[in-house]
Amino acid sequence: MSDIHDIPGMLDTMAAQLRELTSHRQLNNPAMVGIHSGGVWIAEQLHRRLDLGGAPGSLDISFYRDDFTRIGMNPVVHTSALSFSIDDRHIILVDDVLHTGRTIRAALNELFDYGRPASILLAVLIDRGGRELPIEANVTGRRIELAEGEHIKLTGPDPLALEIRRGA
Amino acid sequence: MKGTNLQIDSQGRLRHFLTISGLNRQLLTEILDTAESFAGITEQTVKKVPLLRGKTIVNLFFEASTRTRTTFELAAKRLSADVLNINITQSSTTKGETLLDTLRNIEAMHVDMFVVRHGESGAAHFIASHVAPHTSVINAGDGRHSHPTQAMLDMFTIRRAKGPDFGRLRVAIVGDVLHSRVARSQIHALNLLNTGEVRIVAPGTLVPAFAESLGVKVFHDLHAGIRDVDVIMMLRLQHERMKGALLPSEHEYYELFGLTEKKIANASPDAIVMHPGPINRGVEMDSEVADGPRSVILQQVTHGIAVRMAVMSMAMRSKQDGND
Repeated sequence: MSDIHDIPGMLDTMAAQLRELTSHRQLNNPAMVGIHSGGVWIAEQLHRRLDLGGAPGSLDISFYRDDFTRIGMNPVVHTSALSFSIDDRHIILVDDVLHTGRTIRAALNELFDYGRPASILLAVLIDRGGRELPIEANVTGRRIELAEGEHIKLTGPDPLALEIRRGA
Repeated sequence: MKGTNLQIDSQGRLRHFLTISGLNRQLLTEILDTAESFAGITEQTVKKVPLLRGKTIVNLFFEASTRTRTTFELAAKRLSADVLNINITQSSTTKGETLLDTLRNIEAMHVDMFVVRHGESGAAHFIASHVAPHTSVINAGDGRHSHPTQAMLDMFTIRRAKGPDFGRLRVAIVGDVLHSRVARSQIHALNLLNTGEVRIVAPGTLVPAFAESLGVKVFHDLHAGIRDVDVIMMLRLQHERMKGALLPSEHEYYELFGLTEKKIANASPDAIVMHPGPINRGVEMDSEVADGPRSVILQQVTHGIAVRMAVMSMAMRSKQDGND
């Protein structure tokens, strides 16, 4: 599992895949949106590699989570910042780890509160399996298998590092 | 009165929000932090979040109020809850029974939360102790007792203007403290947040007996009372609650306790001026002060929405857990 430490390599792979996908599908002028907080860091890296204009947007989906009423929320929720109109834009949604798919569901809902994008691609650094919703990434840095009770966490932003933790 | 812990669930979280006393500093800070997050969304393009979608919140107002009711209504709507406003003119007879009957009738409509304003002290507490287990109660002002969301929006406004360290602040509460539920809640909140110095500035007839026991300093002279303070919290002169001749005249009150630009010079140079509204211009303060650079009165109104969103979502969360 040592290859999860080559984050720059994974980002290069993702950027190459995104470049190919956007050109193949003729998605002109895509806008990048990261999910707070790890997804924002990854979005910034990809944004630079793809040489996109403007600044990537960021979403904090805490208010859109379906488990809010059960686990409560972290009191400090960051403001979502989309400095551009998403109407009719091709959006590249970015997160660090794809697991159940619930975070992505929440992010899609929040995005649609801002407008109607032309299309949305999903790019994730790590796909750890365990989906509970019919959601898949278009671009993935690395797929990994985790044992029961294991979690993978991105720390950053400088340096970016992945760490596998056991227990809750 | 039953224990104030009625408002805390078994896991130490907010279930009802009835009064500041009985809460702890950590919970007040959590309310302020949560409100900070909601203040962020009220400033962004999409002001509405789906947190309380499908929930029904009833604003039960037995006493007139425009500002408090509308900010509660807006807060609930920004959380995507359905809101019902019920204004009930209070009958003076058989209050307890009528109140309970009203409550049972509305509860039969499967309501998730009551926001209650009532002219009698303890009304919100009474309702909270009689509602179904899945229903939360927020006190929007009861008699002379408590107005906790007003106090929290005031704390939020102070924290935004002066930073999180209340220990270095001198705060003066000026005016009709005796009749003011706002002042009572403010004092409790300021004490819980370890405010450096809390002062009451009022004529002798408008200082309540409990003042000294809460550790506040009492002044009967505005000039001395606001000397070097960082925050001046003005209270409204409660005409409608004033029984008997506690004051010679409004004019004389203004001469002695009305806040003017000239008198403010005695406070700290960057002191802020607050008022819970509605202002009696020319009685509690000059228009020049109310509309001046130190006034944060309109910010208090804006902050009221975020603070009420915080309290509503926190209370709703606790209740959900209880059902799991």
